[in-house]
Amino acid sequence: MAFYRSHVLVSVDPECLARGAHDIIDALNDELIAQGLIDEVQVLETSRIGDPHRLGPDMLVYPENVHYANLTVDDIPYLVEEHFLKGRIVEKFRAQEKVITDEELGAPKPKEVRVVLRNCGKIDPHNIEEYIAEDGYQALAKVITEMTPEQVIEEVMKSGLRGRGGAGFPAARKWQLCRQVQDNPKYLTCNADEGDPGAFMNRRVLESDPHSVIEGMIIAAYAIGASMGYIYCRAEYPIAVQNLNIAIAQAREFGFLGQNIFGTDFSFDLEVRMGAGAFVCGEETALIASIEGKRGEPRPRPPFPAVKGVWGKPTNNNNVETYAVVPQIILKGAEWYASMGTEKSKGTKTFAIAGDVVNTGLIEVPFGITLREVIYDVGGGIKDGKKFKAIQTGGPMGGCLVEEHLDLPVDYEALTAAGSIMGSGGMIVMDEDTCMVDIARFFMEFTQEESCGKCTPCRVGTKHLLEIHEKICAGKGEPADLERLDELCVEITRNSLCGLGQGAPNPVISTLKYFRHEYEAHIYEKRCPAKVCRALIRFEIQAPACTGCTVCSRNCPVEAISGERRQVHVIDDEKCVRCGICVQVCNFNAIEILS
Amino acid sequence: MFKVAEVPSQAGQTKDLTRIVEAAVEKHGAHADAFIPILLEINRDYGYIPAEAIRLARKLLHQPEEHVLVSEGQLYGLASFYHMLHTEKTGRHVVQFCESAPCHVQGGRELWKAIRQTLRLEAGETDPEGRFTLKTVSCLGVCGVGPVMLVDDDLYANVTPEQLTEIFGKYE
Ligand SMILES: Cc1cc2nc3c(=O)[nH]c(=O)nc-3n(C[C@H](O)[C@H](O)[C@H](O)COP(=O)(O)O)c2cc1C
Ligand code: SF4
Ligand code: SF4
Ligand code: SF4
Ligand code: FES
Repeated sequence: MAFYRSHVLVSVDPECLARGAHDIIDALNDELIAQGLIDEVQVLETSRIGDPHRLGPDMLVYPENVHYANLTVDDIPYLVEEHFLKGRIVEKFRAQEKVITDEELGAPKPKEVRVVLRNCGKIDPHNIEEYIAEDGYQALAKVITEMTPEQVIEEVMKSGLRGRGGAGFPAARKWQLCRQVQDNPKYLTCNADEGDPGAFMNRRVLESDPHSVIEGMIIAAYAIGASMGYIYCRAEYPIAVQNLNIAIAQAREFGFLGQNIFGTDFSFDLEVRMGAGAFVCGEETALIASIEGKRGEPRPRPPFPAVKGVWGKPTNNNNVETYAVVPQIILKGAEWYASMGTEKSKGTKTFAIAGDVVNTGLIEVPFGITLREVIYDVGGGIKDGKKFKAIQTGGPMGGCLVEEHLDLPVDYEALTAAGSIMGSGGMIVMDEDTCMVDIARFFMEFTQEESCGKCTPCRVGTKHLLEIHEKICAGKGEPADLERLDELCVEITRNSLCGLGQGAPNPVISTLKYFRHEYEAHIYEKRCPAKVCRALIRFEIQAPACTGCTVCSRNCPVEAISGERRQVHVIDDEKCVRCGICVQVCNFNAIEILS
Repeated sequence: MFKVAEVPSQAGQTKDLTRIVEAAVEKHGAHADAFIPILLEINRDYGYIPAEAIRLARKLLHQPEEHVLVSEGQLYGLASFYHMLHTEKTGRHVVQFCESAPCHVQGGRELWKAIRQTLRLEAGETDPEGRFTLKTVSCLGVCGVGPVMLVDDDLYANVTPEQLTEIFGKYE
């Protein structure tokens, strides 16, 4: 396949056809031949671009992404001469900029820079031509026709791209290691298991821009010398799986996957593999076991996957986002990418913000932005005017950060130094009403359930951590529990086989460090300062505010509230199951939670 | 509350276990790396993976001459390891509640209480009529609109306790 410097997509929507779209295509081709440009500019048909009634016939020109509208055959010679020969955009034919945003993603928020998410919501993921129209597969063409594998690795190395799956290992170093292993065939895996609660950055890319991941993988395969790749996607993402399969089939049809890509002797193909609900399968050795059809249990490293991976052969594994940015690094250059970010963390990162902020959802920001900017500028601040309490980063193996960390630049090193991790990019913001002991308990519930059980410190240790937290939340904590927690954390971190066990105590370590006083209030004073832990709170009706409207007593599921109409009501603490319904229904804010 | 996405579901078509197992094996092929997709398919089409399905699948998959050696224990091992594979009979509809932290802090705690009250079930239980099975899942990746809950393949987002009766009412 030839490498065109420019693509013209002419809309062949029925309305445009009726207005002579095919005459435009013929005129374009005639003029391109006449000007000697036919080998450089490719004219393609595409589905609808803009509103055909208002703009048809219209077309898009790439790579400039210019939308020309209301064209007639007579306009074409001038357009071809100006645009394709002289490289000048013809303003008078230009349509108004089209603005579409992804429903879930919304328009970019302040301080956002969209690199990975740039196509999300803008293109139809089921239509490869829309991806091609956004410079898609141009990086692949460039790599295969102009670059050696070593040059590709060199370029990615210079960009400073680090793995986005959590650990932040330099992508190009990993590729190099795998390339150097003398064993064939080589495999590529894409980690699309995205199990961290609260993280859905990868899902968005897989669903809305699957070709960017596919193109990145083909480029990586070329650099490494791999002939087969697997995208391991969690089964909880059925739409991602579906869109990936459609995209792979289209890429094959266009000759980007399969035998002799671009007429060279490079061949590579891809398949999607589904997980079946096991968080630990995101760990790379477990992922490989799962691809092979086994239980997804991690194994010790070394040997690293680069040496012994899928089917015992050298395998390179990267995260979805790591692959997805590669085409843009190739097209726009390593310098461009490295110009964003901090000294050691280059480029942009997607984050999923959840919890008590005004704007929850996905964002993409350059490294180096501060947590304060993330929460207040991008996230719009804490909901309902409440106070910020903590932010959990890095998922279930990450930690909680507090007020004093808000001005830290977000990068791999800074988050680790503060006692948390970057992880895959989940962030949960918590306001003053959050009980940190309850949150720590929550994370332990998760890791305890997800521990694959292969090694004792992780299996038994996380269970102990959970039990102690449950005890403290139930108001039965003893002073010795705090020491026991400290010891357990050290033991589990030190003696676990894989990252899950090694990181499992992190949420507890950080809450113990920054919120020890909350543990102490639960244990010594039998009090939950945030008024969350049910065993430690009471509901009480405040006489001056109560109008005796009876709403609470009619809504209480256990008939714990009594009182005559227009008389102050009373809660029977023995009967009350602490469901909190009465507080929600009282229109006079007469019911208080005490602890 | 709104339904986020509809995913084509095979449920309710055929319940002939033999045919389901055969179709799954045929679709994914009889090799080791197809075991998990095959089990997922059986689980989805039949609702769970009964012992009989494991027996049938093993017979179809075990091909010594092709060097594909399979034991029932191996398939059980997979079915018990992966959360999405169930070996216990489930109700006609499976309610899966997201129990992860982001949903938990956005009203999930109250919702979970309400779901258990409305269905009169605890996690892992099926009602005597065989209508609903209640389960918990970890993050479904749609936390931006939490708390969320799946009923079969229908995803419900921003669910409040008040909406539960209406939602469950749609499932017979
Ligand atoms: C328990 C556990 C879960 C993990 N889950 C994921 C995941 O969902 N996605 C991911 O890309 N990496 C995950 N990782 C990290 C992978 O093991 C691996 O480091 C990563 O996929 C490498 O890709 P990268 O270099 O592009 O970051 C997980 C690690 C552990 C220990
Ligand atoms: S640390 Fe935990 S998850 Fe990892 S192998 Fe050991 S038991 Fe399994
Ligand atoms: S709902 Fe409020 S005001 Fe009405 S009776 Fe109850 S406590 Fe009093
Ligand atoms: S908290 Fe619930 S159980 Fe207790 S009094 Fe209020 S409504 Fe009744
Ligand atoms: S935490 Fe519930 S969907 Fe993510």
